[in-house]
Formats: sequence, structure tokens, C-alpha cells
Amino acid sequence: MASNTESMDDLVDKDYEHGFVTDIETDTVEPGLNEEIITFISKKKEEPEWLLEWRLKAYRHWLTMEDPTWAHLDIEHIDYQAISYYSAPKSKDDGPNSLDEVDPKLLETYEKLGIPLQEQKFLAGVAVDAVFDSVSVATTFKGKLADAGVIFCSFSEAVKEHPELVKKYLGSVVPAADNFFGALNSAVFTDGSFVYIPKGVRCPMELSTYFRINASNTGQFERTLIIADEKSHVSYLEGCTAPMRGENQLHAAVVELVALEDAEIKYSTVQNWYPGDENGVGGIYNFVTKRADCRGNNSKVSWTQVETGSAITWKYPSCILKGDNSVGEFYSVAVTNNHQQADTGTKMIHIGKNTSSTIISKGISARHAQQSYRGLVKISKSAENARNYTQCDSLLMGDQCGAHTFPYIEAKNSSATVEHEASTSKIGDDQLFYCMQRGIKEEDAVNMIVNGFCKEVFKELPMEFAVEAQKLLGITLEGAVG
Amino acid sequence: MLDIQDLHAKIGDKAILKGLNLNVKAGEVHAIMGPNGSGKSTLANVLAGRDGYEVTKGSVSYEGNDLLELAPEERAWAGVFLAFQYPVEIPGVNNVYLLKAAVNAVRKYRGESELDAVEFLGLIKEKMKIVKMKEDLLNRSVNEGFSGGEKKRNEIFQMSVLEPKLAILDETDSGLDIDALKIVSEGVNSLRNEERSIILVTHYQRLLDYIKPDHVHVLSNGKIIKSGGPELALELEEKGYDWIKEEAA
Repeated sequence: MASNTESMDDLVDKDYEHGFVTDIETDTVEPGLNEEIITFISKKKEEPEWLLEWRLKAYRHWLTMEDPTWAHLDIEHIDYQAISYYSAPKSKDDGPNSLDEVDPKLLETYEKLGIPLQEQKFLAGVAVDAVFDSVSVATTFKGKLADAGVIFCSFSEAVKEHPELVKKYLGSVVPAADNFFGALNSAVFTDGSFVYIPKGVRCPMELSTYFRINASNTGQFERTLIIADEKSHVSYLEGCTAPMRGENQLHAAVVELVALEDAEIKYSTVQNWYPGDENGVGGIYNFVTKRADCRGNNSKVSWTQVETGSAITWKYPSCILKGDNSVGEFYSVAVTNNHQQADTGTKMIHIGKNTSSTIISKGISARHAQQSYRGLVKISKSAENARNYTQCDSLLMGDQCGAHTFPYIEAKNSSATVEHEASTSKIGDDQLFYCMQRGIKEEDAVNMIVNGFCKEVFKELPMEFAVEAQKLLGITLEGAVG
Repeated sequence: MLDIQDLHAKIGDKAILKGLNLNVKAGEVHAIMGPNGSGKSTLANVLAGRDGYEVTKGSVSYEGNDLLELAPEERAWAGVFLAFQYPVEIPGVNNVYLLKAAVNAVRKYRGESELDAVEFLGLIKEKMKIVKMKEDLLNRSVNEGFSGGEKKRNEIFQMSVLEPKLAILDETDSGLDIDALKIVSEGVNSLRNEERSIILVTHYQRLLDYIKPDHVHVLSNGKIIKSGGPELALELEEKGYDWIKEEAA
């Protein structure tokens, strides 16, 4: 497919007129990372001086840091100087001209997922006419959102149109120097999404359909910032069940969520980046920092994720429960097949009084895959009557995969209630045979058993997404048994 | 209906069935009895097509077709049902959901339209009465947290909904108290008809007090060594298995 580093707006405005370069081919900078490159990115995006300074500060800090090695992952050395950090949107002429030119395997999967033809074309990067259903749908949505006062735009646009909000909140949840990949992202992020829900507003729609389309343009270093002001509510959907074949191996995104008093954010992810082939060759490294700050009293953030793609996933969507009575939730299904690796989980940091958190993690490993749940539940001194419930279940398919659990609990307040339950089970031949003896085909039986295992998480997903996620799981694990 | 000729089967290197012959006609109920390790469950599993059993010799013809050629689900579509000795638990999968998928898989095979939720619930409402199935069991996960009796009742309930042509009941009486045994037996009896054949695999005679077989066979060391009418079961109950083994030897 076409480059992943373009935003929706760029794509719609085919007239790409920023700056001095007109030749598309020369619009990708030479590989390498230094202050000049960062300055180039910032200038290219016409950013204000403070943002450039912010990026440079992050970069200078990043230089002092080392790749993290604590995760239960086997990562090949990444040469950060071999990566090109800026690539302007490609012209539509570079993509395939029709679906006939697209990898049939990819099309087969689209077919199985039931993705409409127009959307298939878009996802596969086929050049389509400017008048295109989803785009006009997106435009309609934009109007409706604007009426409600909701700001929903690309990060670059937000920097230009709402600099005061960006300046106030950027890095306030994930500081530029937070961690290795977070710092790298802060230095070189290219684009992403920005959402602001004003006081008392309930976002009139799930920020979803639009995003299913937009998701195909997420960049290598994506930056997302969502702010829910007092008494507001928003449900945000990220990603796509359709397989994504990025050109870049390393994806290091940062997502920051801010929930003010009485606000609620529901953030759902379906991640299906290219996992590499059956032998573990290729595939995306997905190193993401996602964190929510429940800043106001009675605020609530729910993370729901279905992670099926990527060669390596390193991701811990977390909640800082600062406000009194604030609530953090994490519902996760992670599937690793073939040689995929995942080290994922969450952190729930209880600071306010009567804060509560729930963690439901379902891990499925097949063939040679390795998967770890890594979680931290921290109850600070100030967190009177904090409560946490954690449940981690692992399902193994075959005898060469692995599931590991690393739950950390730190309780500094004796009034806390912390519960942890964990289980590991195997998809049994006896379960499969039972279903097959009742006339259910093996692949349907696997699907049924796996979906049963993940039920508690799927019910947290918005309806349409849940249906897709179920299908996706089946496709991901196809042939993994037997 | 079912014709088994000189069937030999092994698990790994261990020969279990060593030349078994059995002929079951439509509408008949056959009881297969025998001591532990004689090959009763192996026979049930071979007929259902379970992995891990290798047929080394012999043939099984079902309605004139080679049963051993079919995959487990194809046998189910063709009307073969196995009531499991140890029904498995499938967490998170709703009992009704599984059954609906099973019914529709069979209907699809027969070229019939799939039942929707309403039609399906109408169908099972009737059937629930047969085994006095409690409604809350329907909406629980398959066999999860069921008592031994509830699991076996669920098997017979599934059988009543799927309406097989050939039902193989593998030690359905094991682990049942007398009340559960009665309910399960009544369920099976209500499913007897002229077209449906039933093979009861059992260790004990007591099941046959409730379900009257037409034929009783004694299985020992992988072969049927004696066949007879219901009176044979009573004789076994009285004298044990040893006398037949001696007789056969």
C-alpha cells in the first residue's frame, strides 16, 4: 500500500503545497537522526518555535537513553540512523491503479472481513477519485462534530488552529523524557490525531467510522492527544481490522488522554499490523506509549484493545488515577501466532481517594509465539480505599508457544483492596473434537472457543467493532490448530 | 444401518480392537458390555472419528458408505452422534449457542435453511422437557460448572435436538445417581424409534434395567466374544465377566 505517513487531510488535499519541494520523490529525507532533521520536520510542518524546542529537548534527552531491554522480547538491534524520519504523502499515482494489482492474499482477507469494495480500494492504496463515499461521510461527520463544539482533527492542524490547547496538554501525560520510545516519538512525531471535547458535551458519535478510514494513514511516529473537559464523554476507536502493511518496520506512537472532572473517555483499539510471515521474517515493531491521566475527580478512562498484528508488540496502556473516585479500566485481548511476540499489559497508578481499577487481560498464543502480560498496580499513600481487580488468562494453542505473567503490586496504603486472578489453559483437542462431533467444522470450533475465552473483553467494544474483532481473531488463528 | 467387519484399531503402538464384528439394523438398540480395558470406549471413539486412533484393518459401513473415510463433522452431518463419557467444558461458549451452531451445520449440510434464534428457541423448548433440562443450564457456558448428572443430561438433550440416526452412548450411566439415571434413561427411551439405532456402551447392567436393549454383546480384549438378548446382561451381572472369557478361550 501507499506510504503510511500521510494524514487524512493531506490525502484529501491532493494539492500538496507545503514549502519548497515539489518533486514527490525528493520529499523523503535521507536516513538519519540529528537536530537538523528534527528542525527540518518542524519547519516543514510550519510549527511554532516552542514546539521545535520541545522536540529538540526530547531528542537531546533521548540521546542519553538506551533501548529498554527489560521486556520479555527478543528484539533485533534497531539502527536508528538507518531510518528516514520524514516522508511526505505520496502521490496517488504511485499506488496500484486497481485492485487487480493488489496482493491477492490481502484481498482475500478483506473479503473474509466483509470490507466494502470502495474501502478495500482505499486500504490497499488504490488510486481513487476524489469523490469517494467515505470521504464525503467524513466531511458530514465533521460538520456534526463542529456543531457540538468538538474539535477532531489531525495533530498538525491542531498545532496551527488550537496552539493553546496543544501547548497546555502536550507532554502533560507522557513527558517528552518519559521513556526511550516516547522520547523518540516526541522528537520526530509526524502526525496523528487531536480531540477536544468541551465542557458538558457528550460527543454525538463514536469517533469511529471516520477513523477506520483514517487509520490507514497513521504515521510511523504517531502522536495522539485527547482531552475530555469537565463532564464530557467520548468514545474513540483506533485502528482497523483490515491488515495494514506499513513500509516502516518501527512504529513508536504516543497516545495521551486527559480526563478532567466527571469526564469519561473510552478508547478502543484494534491493531492488526503486518506480523511478518510464518517464519518470522518481516513484520512491524509496535512500541507504543499510551497513558491516560484521570486528572479530575470522578473521571473515568477505559482502554480496550484487541492486538492481533505486529511482529513485536510493546505496549502498556495505563491510567494515572489522580482525581478522587476516578476509575481506570483495561480490557485486552492479545493474540500472537507463528513467531509473533508481545509484551503487553497496563499500569494503574492510584493516587486519589476511592479510586478503582479493573484489569481483564486475555492472551492467546499459537505455534511459536511468546506472550507476556506485564502489569503494575500501584496504590500510593494518599489513595485511601483504593480498589483493584485483576484477571489474567492465557490460552495456549499447541505446545511450542509460551505465556508469561508479570504482575507487580505495590500497595502503600493499608486500606487498599487488591485482587489478582490468573489462569492458563490450552485449547484442548477434546474441546475441538466435542464441537466437531456435533457437526461444527474445526475452524469454526476454534473460533467459537477462542471467542468464548475473550468474551469479557469483546463486550466492552462498540458493537460493530466487536463483530469485526471476532472475525479477525478467527482469521488470525486460522489453521493454528492441527 | 451399521456394519462393522473385522475391525482392528490401535492407539500408538497398542492394539485395542482386534477383529470386531457388529451389525446394527435401523431401530435396534445394542448394548456393548465388557470389563475395563476391553475396548468399549475405543469402539465409540473410532466410530465418531476421534484423532489418535488408528484403524489398521477392517471396515465400517454406515448406510452403505465407508464411515471411516469421513471427517468427524461429516459423520455428525450424516447422523452419527456420540454422547461423551466425559463431556468437556468450554468456558465462555454459551450452551445454546453451541447447539444452535451444531443444528445449523447439519441443516446446511442437508440443504435446509438455517434456523434463526426464534425458530431455534421454539425447537429446544419442546426438547427440554424430555430430559427435564433446567433453563438456566441453557445459558451457561458449555458444561462449565455442571454436575456429573447435568453434563450427561445435557448430552441427551443435545441428542434429542440433533435427532441422530445412529446414537452411541459412551458410559452415559457412569457417575449418575439413581434419579439422574432414570431421567437420562427416560430421555433415551423417548428417542427410540424405528429409524434410529442406538449403541449403549456400558460397564454395568443397571442401565439396562431402564433401557431395554434388543441385543447385548460382550466385548473382551478387543473382540465381541458373546452376543445374546437382554437375558445375557442379567447373567453377566450375576456371574461377572470371567466365565465368558473362559468359555470363549
